[in-house]
Amino acid sequence: MSALITSSRISGAEIVKELAFFAVIALLMSVMILGVETVDRPTGLELAVRWDLVVTAIISTIIGRLALILRREHISRVGQALLITAAAVAVFEMFVRFRDMDDRWASPVFLDMAFGSATSVIVAVAFVTIVFAIAYFSMKKPGAEEEESGSRLSSKIQLAYRTNTKKIGALGIVFFIIFPFLFGENRSAIDLATLVMIYIMLGWGLNIVVGLAGLLDLGYVAFYAVGAYSYALLSQHFDLSFWLCLPLAGIFAASFGIVLGFPVLRLRGDYLAIVTLGFGEIIRVVLINWYDLTRGPDGISSIARPSFFGFAEFDRRLPEGVMGFNELFGLDYSTMHRLIFLYYLILVLALVTAFVTVRLRKLPIGRAWEALREDEIACRSLGINPTNTKLSAFAIGAMFGGFAGAFFATRQGFISPESFTFLESAVILAIVVLGGMGSQIGVVLAAIVMIGFPEMFRELAEYRMLIFGAGMVAIMLWRPRGLLSFRDPTILLNMSKKEKVAGEVK
Amino acid sequence: MTDNVQLEVEHLTMRFGGLVAIDNLSFTARKREITAIIGPNGAGKTTVFNCLTGFYVPTEGRLTLYANDGPRLLERMEGFRIPRNNGVARTFQNIRLFTGMTVLENLVVAQHNQLMEASAFSLAGLFNLGRYTSAEKEALETAKFWLNKVGLYEQADWNAGNLPYGSQRRLEIARAMCVNPSLLCLDEPAAGLNPRESAELNVLLQSIRDDQGIGLLLIEHDMSVVMKISDHVIVLDYGKKIADGNPEAVKNDPAVIRAYLGEDEDDELPPEVAADLHLDPNA
Repeated sequence: MSALITSSRISGAEIVKELAFFAVIALLMSVMILGVETVDRPTGLELAVRWDLVVTAIISTIIGRLALILRREHISRVGQALLITAAAVAVFEMFVRFRDMDDRWASPVFLDMAFGSATSVIVAVAFVTIVFAIAYFSMKKPGAEEEESGSRLSSKIQLAYRTNTKKIGALGIVFFIIFPFLFGENRSAIDLATLVMIYIMLGWGLNIVVGLAGLLDLGYVAFYAVGAYSYALLSQHFDLSFWLCLPLAGIFAASFGIVLGFPVLRLRGDYLAIVTLGFGEIIRVVLINWYDLTRGPDGISSIARPSFFGFAEFDRRLPEGVMGFNELFGLDYSTMHRLIFLYYLILVLALVTAFVTVRLRKLPIGRAWEALREDEIACRSLGINPTNTKLSAFAIGAMFGGFAGAFFATRQGFISPESFTFLESAVILAIVVLGGMGSQIGVVLAAIVMIGFPEMFRELAEYRMLIFGAGMVAIMLWRPRGLLSFRDPTILLNMSKKEKVAGEVK
Repeated sequence: MTDNVQLEVEHLTMRFGGLVAIDNLSFTARKREITAIIGPNGAGKTTVFNCLTGFYVPTEGRLTLYANDGPRLLERMEGFRIPRNNGVARTFQNIRLFTGMTVLENLVVAQHNQLMEASAFSLAGLFNLGRYTSAEKEALETAKFWLNKVGLYEQADWNAGNLPYGSQRRLEIARAMCVNPSLLCLDEPAAGLNPRESAELNVLLQSIRDDQGIGLLLIEHDMSVVMKISDHVIVLDYGKKIADGNPEAVKNDPAVIRAYLGEDEDDELPPEVAADLHLDPNA
């Protein structure tokens, strides 16, 4: 073994030192998390010790680290694959013991499998073979040119994406339009798609503020709340229809954006973030405490559902003289009609947001936002009014938040301050940052990853949060600036977009 | 005399707490002339610029800009209003380009106010109305003119941050000119340039003066630039004006020599100390 791993680059002692270091780290991390468990005994709560888990954690860390050393030093492809397989077995062992072992001194599960019944032997061998094969073939040969193939592949993908952004966007739109036809009977699919679409719209709205104008806004949910409550209250107290309230909700949210923005937009960076966070909380606390108007924590229920543009309703039982949607189109009554209509409604609202953002980016106001993000002092020296420019970004972002809020209220039929917590702001911001600041398609991907995946894998219970965390760490490592963080110029003189992109990707 | 004045600075004083950065400074800069402000480090040159361009509000004094449409008092204006409508444009000592945007975009952003008006605060632009498209075309023509002028037409689609240093300096000047100012303030435009680049800069600045017919105010340490192209030199030391005149007169002004080279200290040293220091009186 030592002949296998020692090379001219690294001595055995150094390897032992490194492994010992990581073993200690693994010990420190696992001893509290895995090593002890509170157990409910008849005598009261007791601490149970699970040393087997700590030991397997340390062993898998050591083996994995050894594989990494080999990889780093370009030694022995077979050795690397073997070690990775061994580490995988150790992790598997740890996982199984963690979930359903009662006897802490039982012999390793994997050994039992390997020497057990015919089926378990086959499963064990297949596991080892598959992991080994994946490890072996995904590894580059020792001494092969470094980093070559990987970076070439990623730059190829990048080039393909950036030269075809419009086509990819159009394909995405077509997909979302035909989505109800693909999953028309599946209620939960439509519901989930609607939910994801709300977050896509919120992400696009916040993208104007954070991605384009570079103003870190941690209280975006306030505008969402303003939109939702404007619709709920207007429709309940004044009996206004959704179609009239939608623009009003946008206007209210935009006015709140301006009112908030006026005093705080002289702040920058962290300070602005803190103030916007505070504003988000103020709105929520007011909603909770202004009982006469908002009915506080009880929320507002039975909010009116939208009609089909005022021509028809979606309800099963209708008062005399009101046309039903199914009658209008000569269909049989189905509860899916309303859901699909809501889906298309949010799709259209989101697309309007995207269209306006893309257009604004190429207009003087959008260029000024981006310039302001780059250098505020230079902007002032060019006669750009920083306050108005920031305010316009804030107000337009808030307006789309307000539209989304009104939609949320009419879709849910019930709203309460619970729906507008800081966590929502954080999720929306995470979508924007994860997608890559300023990228429209990035927001879509990020919303699917952040909202869609956790909902889809609800059966995995708390493990999905673990996977979610691991995914976030992976993105921080490989794409720290977001999934699709590229800036396309708004105007080109000599080059085609393809040439410009090719020059940057190289 | 007054027809020809571009900028009149009267009794400008700027105090930061107890520190007097500029002390009762008065000077004029004339139209179609290059006025240079020179002085040792810390003399208050950049502070003068910051007062002129609205980054600081002067403690005392009056700053009058004679634009095409009459005099304006700069010290009363909000910073971002000063560059508007034939106002004052400036560049910075440490270049401040929009590095992530292309060279062309930098020049288009500089024409923000005209374009904003044409786009009717984005409404006309959103629906691509004719009045906006024609204004944008015009802005592009201006940008192209300045790209050619500073020799960056080929690099128009590069990101500004990828340009070599000398080109970034020229781009910053072009960007300031796209604001269509009546007075251009340049803060050390030749800093970090090699001799060939600074010779090109001289040509560019002279052409801005002669062809655009605007006044230039520049802070500069590179005497090969200052002496060659300035029509008028003002020397500051510790916030006070110590000389004012044409380059030749300033160069030979004893006060200026003292400010730059210090007192002739040899005379003040006792002879034995001078001998200890091995100072050769003939050196």
